[in-house]
Amino acid sequence: MSASVKTATDAATTGERRRPKRHKGIAGNSLSFWLFVGPFVVGLLVFSYLPIIWSLILSFFEAYNTATPSKFVGLQNYVDMLTDHNFLSSLGTFTIFAVFIVPLTFVLSLALALLVNQVKIARSFFRSVFFLPTACSYVVASLIWRLSIFNGVRFGLANTVLGWFGIDNIAWLSTVDPPWYWLPLVTVRLWLQLGFYMILFIAGLQRISPALYEAAYVDGANPGWQVFRYITLPQLRATSVAVLILNLIAAYQAFDEFYNLIGNVNYARPPLVYLYGISLGSIQDLGHGSAGALILAVIIMLVTLLQSRIFGFGKAGD
Amino acid sequence: MAASERTTGTPQPIGFSRTTIGRIGTVLRWIALFIAVVLFLLPFYLILRNALSTEADITAPDWTLFPSDLQWGNISQLFNDTEVPIARALYNSAVVGILGTAGQLLLASMAGYGLARIPYRHADKIFYAIVATLMIPAAVTFIPSFIVVSSLGWVSSLRGLIIPTLFSGFAAFLFRQYFLGFPKELEEAARVDGAGYFGVFWRIVVPNSLPFFAALAAITFIGNWNSFLWPLVIGQDSSSWTIQVAMSTFVTAQTINIHELFMAVAVSILPLVLIFAFLQRYLIQGVTQSGIKD
Repeated sequence: MSASVKTATDAATTGERRRPKRHKGIAGNSLSFWLFVGPFVVGLLVFSYLPIIWSLILSFFEAYNTATPSKFVGLQNYVDMLTDHNFLSSLGTFTIFAVFIVPLTFVLSLALALLVNQVKIARSFFRSVFFLPTACSYVVASLIWRLSIFNGVRFGLANTVLGWFGIDNIAWLSTVDPPWYWLPLVTVRLWLQLGFYMILFIAGLQRISPALYEAAYVDGANPGWQVFRYITLPQLRATSVAVLILNLIAAYQAFDEFYNLIGNVNYARPPLVYLYGISLGSIQDLGHGSAGALILAVIIMLVTLLQSRIFGFGKAGD
Repeated sequence: MAASERTTGTPQPIGFSRTTIGRIGTVLRWIALFIAVVLFLLPFYLILRNALSTEADITAPDWTLFPSDLQWGNISQLFNDTEVPIARALYNSAVVGILGTAGQLLLASMAGYGLARIPYRHADKIFYAIVATLMIPAAVTFIPSFIVVSSLGWVSSLRGLIIPTLFSGFAAFLFRQYFLGFPKELEEAARVDGAGYFGVFWRIVVPNSLPFFAALAAITFIGNWNSFLWPLVIGQDSSSWTIQVAMSTFVTAQTINIHELFMAVAVSILPLVLIFAFLQRYLIQGVTQSGIKD
């Protein structure tokens, strides 16, 4: 293959046409290739590469309400963002969110997968019930949470239940001390995404060879914890790594539920909500917004790489 | 797919046999399952209850389990509300969902096929350039993408909602991997008969890959229908709102008609619940094949 390419390029550059048939074949190939791949590549250049490059340029300029700025400010936007109390606290908000959501999602979706996988009757019913919330958007779920469960007045479901035990109403979304707002924020995401990760775990569980379980049984392993600890969990390694990484990346990009549940408030504002506010709000500060977005992108990529390194993504490939 | 077929009849992890501990464990498992089912279905119950209630029912101090008088009139009230253009928003979402899905699959499948099957000396470099975009977290690019789209004059238009989302490096990657595993013999037979790449792709490869297309289409459609950040950024006037943006605006409006809003929620999830009912097999395949949703 590479030899024939070389011949063709040589022929093309020297203008020799000793083997016109071969030459035509290669030219035909590259034409076909570009017919198939070209439209996609053009779109990717315009809507993926161009925005990133443009954003990189903007991040070095003062750019209020304009995408074609003229005042170069060097690294000032980056310095501003990295010393901006609000931006830093949004990274803190994200960290707290991730500390809750990543382990909870991991443990609960694995638990659901194990439960569903061990059920002998109506298994597909249970799987469907847990998977169904994936059909709902974050907007839909946030509306239910905000207006019907955690609305902070008596007719909300959470306060109704508390009322049965004689407990006073709690203003879930606006109470900062103690920070009750984390309860709706975390549970809404759990409801939406557990079924999705459960499906990944069920697929992982079904790839485990039954022979391993039989061997463990013959060896007299305790069928509960020992089998789980020494067979199921190690065999789920690749799935577990995927679930952790996907989940953490998704958490970094949390926007929808924060925006719809509590809006742009300073006590619980993840990075994307803050960046949305400064770059597309009343003052369109695209310079600082771009710098913040790039800082966030670098953090996400570093964390992903670090996590892959720690969990050995390369070893776990399947 | 093969894995799930193989294991449908597989003995489950041997355990909780006939001992007392085993029986208690089984009972506890069933209790856990039951609680989980109730919690997972609870929000759906709330949607139905609130959508068919009067405002007074919903805000009554005592919980009404289900309205005694089902308010089907809430549907017409929702569509006649002049403050929120719900019909327009549903139309926009349908167009974005259908055209966005069709366009993304068309572009990504052709790119994936070209990368997998057509020998070209720079194919590797182009493949790496596509995969590199997977490293960049999608949501971080919404500010720069907005800049590009606004300089094209596409803000508040269906073009702006759809076209920038069509070029999914991840979908192209998945298609390439899939086509690499497609049986070559089928294609070669057609090539011997004189078909070019185009003919082979459309007449042999696509018709034989419909389950894979269906799986990705179901996931992509759901992602498009439910996406919020990009439509929020682009839909700056109400004629270009998608259903998600319309509902979100609804809730932050000065006066909320809570029963109307929940009717909107019920209407908005209906297409997806139907997809779940009829295409769940493809969806689950799609999720396990791609391991990613949006």
